[in-house]
Amino acid sequence: MNWRGKALKFCDVAGLPALEPFVRLLAGEDVKEQLKGIAKFVVLPVAAVAVFLMLWSAAARTVVTDSMRLPSPTDTWTAGKELFAMHSAQRAEDLKVKQEKTLQAVQLLAQANAVGKQAESATGERKETLLANALVLKKKAVQAANYRPSSAPTFVDQIVTSLKTVFVGFAIATLIAVPIGVLCGMSPWCNAALTPFIQVFKPVSPLAWLPLAFLIIVWAYSGTKPGDNFFDKAFLISAITVSLCSLWPTLVNTTLGVASVDKDYMNVARVLKLSWSQQLFKIILPASLPLMFAGLRISLGVGWMVLIAADMLAQNPGLGKFVWDEFQNGSSQTYARIAFSVIIIGVIGLVLDRIMIFMRNLVSFGDPQAA
Amino acid sequence: MQVLRHLPTSALAPLTLLLVGALQIGCSDSNISLEDLEAAAAKLETTAGEDADAGAAVMEILDVEKPNLKFGFIKLTDCAPLVIAKEKGYFEEEGLNVEIEAQSNWKVLLDRVIDGQLDGAHMLAGQPIGATIGFGTQAHVITAYSLDYNGNGITVSNEIWEQMQENDPALKSDTPPHPIPATSLKPIVDSYKQEGKDFNMGMVFPVSTHNYEIRYWLAAAGIHPGMYTEENIQGTVDADVLLSVTPPPQMPATLEAGTILGYCVGEPWNQQAVVKGIGVPVTTNYDIWKNNPEKVFGVTKEWDEKHPNTHLAVIKALIRAGKWLDATDENGVLVNRQEAAKILSGKDYVGADEDVIDNSMTGTFVFQETDVRPMPDFNVFFKYYASYPHYSDCIWFLTQMRRWGQITEGKPASWYAETAQEIYKPEIYRKAAAMLVAEGKASAEDFPAEDYDGYRDVTTEFIDGTPYDAKDPVGYVNGFEIGNKDPESLAKQ
Repeated sequence: MNWRGKALKFCDVAGLPALEPFVRLLAGEDVKEQLKGIAKFVVLPVAAVAVFLMLWSAAARTVVTDSMRLPSPTDTWTAGKELFAMHSAQRAEDLKVKQEKTLQAVQLLAQANAVGKQAESATGERKETLLANALVLKKKAVQAANYRPSSAPTFVDQIVTSLKTVFVGFAIATLIAVPIGVLCGMSPWCNAALTPFIQVFKPVSPLAWLPLAFLIIVWAYSGTKPGDNFFDKAFLISAITVSLCSLWPTLVNTTLGVASVDKDYMNVARVLKLSWSQQLFKIILPASLPLMFAGLRISLGVGWMVLIAADMLAQNPGLGKFVWDEFQNGSSQTYARIAFSVIIIGVIGLVLDRIMIFMRNLVSFGDPQAA
Repeated sequence: MQVLRHLPTSALAPLTLLLVGALQIGCSDSNISLEDLEAAAAKLETTAGEDADAGAAVMEILDVEKPNLKFGFIKLTDCAPLVIAKEKGYFEEEGLNVEIEAQSNWKVLLDRVIDGQLDGAHMLAGQPIGATIGFGTQAHVITAYSLDYNGNGITVSNEIWEQMQENDPALKSDTPPHPIPATSLKPIVDSYKQEGKDFNMGMVFPVSTHNYEIRYWLAAAGIHPGMYTEENIQGTVDADVLLSVTPPPQMPATLEAGTILGYCVGEPWNQQAVVKGIGVPVTTNYDIWKNNPEKVFGVTKEWDEKHPNTHLAVIKALIRAGKWLDATDENGVLVNRQEAAKILSGKDYVGADEDVIDNSMTGTFVFQETDVRPMPDFNVFFKYYASYPHYSDCIWFLTQMRRWGQITEGKPASWYAETAQEIYKPEIYRKAAAMLVAEGKASAEDFPAEDYDGYRDVTTEFIDGTPYDAKDPVGYVNGFEIGNKDPESLAKQ
């Protein structure tokens, strides 16, 4: 395949049809046709965004109440830049403090040794106090050396936390949903047994799960001290809520995918006398992968949506908490920061979706259709 | 730090810097152990100071059990001591690495303290009390530090304010006479009642000072704010005014939306209403009860038992923060408040604009644009022994809980005193104070005299003039026209 073919294939698999006309143009194909493509996939969306920004600006001038006002696109952009500037400032500050702390650790240790020496020559109660002090100073030195910044998480920290949470929740959901889905797809009996659960729980609003997830996590962690555990309670609550909601699309699609594997394939498998596991791994799974990925894609989208809401409700760290805290702040910057967060949440959602499309297209046979 | 002075710091600096680099590259993620440190320090020529003060007594250094702490707060200016103790490095000087995290509402905050996700928190004074006696969530929460006095206001919507002015022409002036009682509100409430409409007002939590204050203010003018009973825990039995829980930062928006017609809340949410022109603060809690207790620093009893030294260290830092907040120059002007307002306006703390926060923080309160009054005692953090956990302050909350039926049965006077001792822990405060005095960071005059029994003087400085004697809680409860009445016999038990 020449570079043109490879590039076109990439556009296809990555789900980036907007790039296709450019590739074709570079390859010297019909210019008029390609310009039409560019107009459709690039110029038109850009124009639409421009119109949206104009409408938004107009709305920002109109929607003003006594205590609130809709931020304009410029306000939002400025607020966003400020958030990132605050993040870098915080990082620089943290690093500085950390260095100071290390220095302090050494000084504390020197001090501890000095106190220890003093103790050698002292007697009685004085000696005991000095020895105790030396021990405490040593402990403090170790603490200072292992200092962790205690500043509030920045916007970027919150993005990272949210991403981690959604991936953990999504991973848990996938690990549960795919095997059950395969089982249900292969065995109508199993499917019949699980159908009531799927039908009842699938439409439940994700946030209704939150108090139950909370209860279960708090129960599971009862008797343990915070900080001793690998995962934070709050983190797990959010993650479990995400998995409880992103379970169903994967489960249903996997079931469907497995159940609708082409009869011809199965007949071939029978002719070849493939064992059960061979059938599963050589035929059923590969054949149902496209539908499975379609399910995973919906799951991840639902999960991301739910996560933000769960953060807001439960005050778990993440973008949702950031938005909620800002709403509670009521400063003149509040709504601009919220608007910026909304856009960032949307963009991240989009990127997550693209990643899933990319993965689905990678495993699809035939003609992948970007959506 | 005495020994540190003996070290040749100038010679030390370049070496230590090298070491800092080495430690950071080598052990950026893994834990640095004592051995690592000793190996590093061994390279340093340390001349241990000669034992110059061999005769002097050696002070014990506090062995902090838990250096990494997380405290919760609600976005209100009276969380200031916590924020200042962190930002001014007082926590750090005590060897504490403290994270301060905003919570979405008082219930979440309390639950997280109880289940250990937070080590302690900025709490409504009523929260440790309510939790310990089992109203709402049951858990033994204690306090050894009172964060502040005063700091709340009652705001009504513009429309209600106009109607109040019509009922009482004296209010029509640009600077109406204060304090403004709820008498001019009564006809409005009555007319709502006649039309069968609910008169809704907001407060922040069932056991909040705000709930008791707005009830006190309404009841003083003969408006019934509703009772709590065993069956009705909304507190709306026989209510003329329906009080509902609204989180502090949402008060102005809820008022603007018309869901409530007025509210009682801490700062900056009254000044916010003035600045935004959506409501008029009619009174502050300074006028309802001069120097009333407001917020406390609460931890669970269990936490205190496990971390006694840490608790002491925290209280030491908080006392210093309180002192810093209330520092004045020779003319009595609060010198640090502007800086405090700036720190608090940070988005991770209160987050409102600095010019909204600094109104009340620097000692003025804006009732209306035309009515700006100096209120130097609007926020008291340390003056008048405000940070000391007075038993009488705890008992006042208990009397109000009984008055409004949150405590469902009458209790003998001795129960009030015993309960106060279970929740308020002046002994911890005393210990921390003594350490600060010994370290030269505070003076003995900053704290109540040694023989002080924890009961503030009997006072009549209430909006209705009812005298409050914490040693006669039953008599106090019975002294109100509206509210529960207990048999006199309980007063002597």
